[in-house]
Amino acid sequence: MQQEVLLALLAKEASQGSQLRTRLIQALGPLGEAMNDGQIYVTLGRLERVGLIARHREGGSLSERKLYALTAAGQERVAEWLAEVEWPKPDLAEFHLKLIAAARAGLADPIGIIAAQRRELLRRLRGAQQAALDEDAGSEAGLLLEGIVLRLQADLRWLEACEQSWSERRRTR
Amino acid sequence: MSSSGAALVTVRNLRKDYGSGEGLVRAVDGVNLEIARGEALAVMGPSGCGKTTLLHLMGGINRVSSGELWLDGKRVDGLPERALARIRRREVGFVFQAFYLMDELTAQENVELPALLAGRSSGEARQRARQLLDQVGLADRAGHLPSALSGGQRQRVAIARALVNEPHLLLADEPTGNLDTNATLDVLRLFGKLHESGLTLVIVTHDERIAATADRLIMMRDGAFVDEAMLSGGTRGDLGGLRGFGGEG
Repeated sequence: MQQEVLLALLAKEASQGSQLRTRLIQALGPLGEAMNDGQIYVTLGRLERVGLIARHREGGSLSERKLYALTAAGQERVAEWLAEVEWPKPDLAEFHLKLIAAARAGLADPIGIIAAQRRELLRRLRGAQQAALDEDAGSEAGLLLEGIVLRLQADLRWLEACEQSWSERRRTR
Repeated sequence: MSSSGAALVTVRNLRKDYGSGEGLVRAVDGVNLEIARGEALAVMGPSGCGKTTLLHLMGGINRVSSGELWLDGKRVDGLPERALARIRRREVGFVFQAFYLMDELTAQENVELPALLAGRSSGEARQRARQLLDQVGLADRAGHLPSALSGGQRQRVAIARALVNEPHLLLADEPTGNLDTNATLDVLRLFGKLHESGLTLVIVTHDERIAATADRLIMMRDGAFVDEAMLSGGTRGDLGGLRGFGGEG
């Protein structure tokens, strides 16, 4: 779990770990199913140790329910994170080099590798598309799934370009 | 020899040529295909690959140049025009990118029309159309002209119309090509429901995300099939990588 996500979710008000989890599952829909409680508490523990959050007992009572709240340093980190323009990189270079190495060594047919990869991405696209169709219009998770669908579609279009290029090379060799 | 019982459509060495001599174009160049009852098949490829021609051959809109076409256990490629027209009306439903609704008829009347042309009573046609418009979520738009409907609503009317004579096979050519994302999702949801109810679907498209909703996908290029992928039976466990979540990072 990315630490800053939990920090930002605490920016509105102090919350229990279980409340954070509920909020994440709502936002992620089917993508949140794999998330386990442990990950959240491990991350919260780490954030507490570095002083970005602090733990309080609710209402100062002896109740076991613990509320996590941002510290001043935590608030600062959230503001920084919101301003960052980091973006996850799809690793296309590895696949690209796989094709080049396979062709160079004569180990495998690049066209065959591309076809197998395309079938795999199409299956993933189907999974994401079905999940998107199962969401109600306007759901938060639906918007996330739309992004995943569009990204897979872009990857498939690149594979199409790979296929054309490698077919061309084969003809002219 | 009859086609196997399981297949609704069987295509053997099917060919469609246009022109002749130097100008001969093999739009469909000897393809073989079996489509099981209840299957959803997508045919994908760049424009000009022959996918629309193949769809038109399967639906009896165009005549084959050579090869065999079996529909529901009957060989149909050599049938006279009258018999082919009957198949187009009764056994196959078509959905096109451009909807092709009659502008001067209401949604209800558009859906009724093929039923009336197939010889059903007006009462029967009216009842069936009402039921179908309800099924596609447009019961409250039955009296509207196409001009008063959104693109997605028009396509859903066109789908209701395609179903009015209870075909076994629905053939769709770029059914979402003119629709925005939300209307596309509505149409895909509707196809999903029809598929669940046992209808056999063939969707021709250049759009990967439409194609990926099918059970099986065939890639077509230059009139021939170049690859096939079984898509059903996959898991929903991996939704394409949720980077940054799920691991410690």
